[in-house]
Amino acid sequence: MAVTSPTVATPTEPRKRSATSRPPRQRSGSLTPWLFLVVPLGLLLVFTYLPVANMVWYSFTSWDGLDAVKEGVGFKNYVDIFTRPELFRVFFVSLYYLVGALVQLALALYFATILSFSTRFRNFFKGVIFFPYLLNGVAIGLVFLYFFRPDGTLDALLGVVGLKDTPLWLGDPSIVNYSLAGTSVWRYLGLNFVLFLGAIQAIPDDVYEAADLDGATSWQKFRYIIFPGIKQIVGLSLILAVSGALSVFEIPFIMTSGANGSETFVIQTVDTAFRYSKVGLASAMAVVLLIIVLVISAIQRKFFPDEKGDLV
Amino acid sequence: MARKQTVAVLTVTALTMALGACSSSSGESGGGEDGELSGTITVLTNRTDIVDTTLQDYAELFQAENPGVTVEFEAITDYEGDVSIRLNTQDYGDVLLIPNSVSKDQLPQFFEPLGTVDELSQEYRFVNEQAYDGDVYGIATFGTAMGYVVNTKVWEQAGITEPPTTPEAFVEALKQIGEKTDAVPYYTNYTDGWPLTQWQNNQGTIAGTDAVSIRTSQDDPWAEGNEQYAIDGLLYDVVAAGVTEEDPTTTNWEESKTLLGTGKVGAMVLGSWAVPQMQDAAEAAGGSADDIDFWPMPWQTEGTFSSTVSGDYKLAISKHSENKEAARAWVDWFLNESTFAAEQGGISPVVGAPAPDSLATFDALGVNQIELSPAPAGEETWDNDISNEAEIDLWGDKYRKQLVDVARGAADGDKESFFADLNSRWAAARANVVG
Repeated sequence: MAVTSPTVATPTEPRKRSATSRPPRQRSGSLTPWLFLVVPLGLLLVFTYLPVANMVWYSFTSWDGLDAVKEGVGFKNYVDIFTRPELFRVFFVSLYYLVGALVQLALALYFATILSFSTRFRNFFKGVIFFPYLLNGVAIGLVFLYFFRPDGTLDALLGVVGLKDTPLWLGDPSIVNYSLAGTSVWRYLGLNFVLFLGAIQAIPDDVYEAADLDGATSWQKFRYIIFPGIKQIVGLSLILAVSGALSVFEIPFIMTSGANGSETFVIQTVDTAFRYSKVGLASAMAVVLLIIVLVISAIQRKFFPDEKGDLV
Repeated sequence: MARKQTVAVLTVTALTMALGACSSSSGESGGGEDGELSGTITVLTNRTDIVDTTLQDYAELFQAENPGVTVEFEAITDYEGDVSIRLNTQDYGDVLLIPNSVSKDQLPQFFEPLGTVDELSQEYRFVNEQAYDGDVYGIATFGTAMGYVVNTKVWEQAGITEPPTTPEAFVEALKQIGEKTDAVPYYTNYTDGWPLTQWQNNQGTIAGTDAVSIRTSQDDPWAEGNEQYAIDGLLYDVVAAGVTEEDPTTTNWEESKTLLGTGKVGAMVLGSWAVPQMQDAAEAAGGSADDIDFWPMPWQTEGTFSSTVSGDYKLAISKHSENKEAARAWVDWFLNESTFAAEQGGISPVVGAPAPDSLATFDALGVNQIELSPAPAGEETWDNDISNEAEIDLWGDKYRKQLVDVARGAADGDKESFFADLNSRWAAARANVVG
């Protein structure tokens, strides 16, 4: 559910002409933006598009990840994937994370709305909610391993309120995915929260003032001002939530490495590549995942087209 | 105008250099003019814990003998994963440990031959393990015997002073510990995973020196009577008997050392290399190093115990090294002059060296040490290929974690169905690989 922020090249302001200078030559004006773009474009090509192109190429080979020779096998890897239904069974695990992501969006929207009004200690609460996102994923995984162990932090907390008969949070296969999805919500809530908060604060103050004069309640302000104003961000977050749920990796990989029924499609792909030395097949799996995510995003955009906010 | 173009050129150059730097190699000239060794060699190691201490001391001693050579270490935490990927470049140090993912027929692609098997086996043990076509590509840094580490105090409390001689007696003994003491009888170390793979090192204990080629000739290694069934079956029985930790999914390796050392855990199946680490942990936690012992696995052939002895990671020289002579000198020095094997509680790779203290009980029991023989020519990669094709990671932790899950009732199936599935996958893959 991570977001990469696109690098935006700011247009350069044309130099002011003094009375004596000659008019600037056309060419220099058209070259300058490209100069600024060389570095970001270079990085984008080298670290994003080139690896993807390589991956697509590998997916048509039987490469084991080491051999100097990469033998082409045509569509064999793709045929393998679609004749092995057990490879897709792991997508059921993604449903837990999808539900988790929806809960996460609702919570983030709720907190962002509340904290955009003048609440006491609002900056403190903003920090508390955003903080987990700043933590390193590996550290979170290890902390939560202790949190979920028998007689660990969670059991101790529940013990204080009188709940003694607690399950094995990670050891019980019917609970492990809830625990992991919960960890994921805790971690990424802050990101959605900050996105929503930023969007809400971009709504001009005078709209609220007008609403106050008309005697609008907080709920009415949310329903008729805030929500329409941040619709686009909500739509974007939904797309990210779905693609994130399909490609969950970090938290289950660190905490259970996919054992005990918590395996996700990406963990399975990594295992295929590096555990069974089938880089060709794994690349094909990655390509299939990419296509699935693209298709779902396309469908989503068809049903929720991003309209321009017509608030102002 | 001209200035702008210069900037453009500079930007592109800087970018190219930044990227190019990734693949530039270190090291200067090879051998010196007067026959003395010179140059800088980079040594890749998995030992992040001793790279700045023990290894640095070795480097200083070596450099005192070979003033022209500079030894630099690069410690890698995820050694196996990182180095496997780096082998795709030409920059993987001068001396390195051969990652397990390299299959035998790929050895000549990446490493310098160190000598023939016939020649080197006079001097070193375990040379077969990374050899191909009669040439040796890597020599073990130390050897390990298989068995299980025990806290004898816990076992004595349960009334057991002798190593059990049958798998049934082993499980029974663990049950006794569970009943008579507060200790967890057996600790799987499920979360870290790799301790589960240690079980595979027992191959040969039952089937003898040809264990691997016997396995690759079978369609059903997990059928009763075969070695793989005995090894994985014992793990299954131990977990199914309920004598392991309550929640295997939250275990911790570092903590397990202290647990065993302080008598909160009774036993763990590991290599003999683990003994010094457990003893240190016991002492650090206020226990006694004398409580830690190393016992042979509970399988006997004609009244004697057996233990498979194999080499740890093998030292090899990169094919792309620019200082091969200096690299070779370091390998020879490390194996013969350094005290690495002894300090690690391992068996020295040098033929005829004395046995380490950690194996004192083995000597007293007269344990028969088994060194696996190499796979027959043309079959070197079969075992690896079949297990990859079948997606049964004999040397990984994935299927054994599933086995533990089935055994503790957290996943569907039972011993029979789980092993039947393994057998059918193995047989199908074997048909593909062997033909």
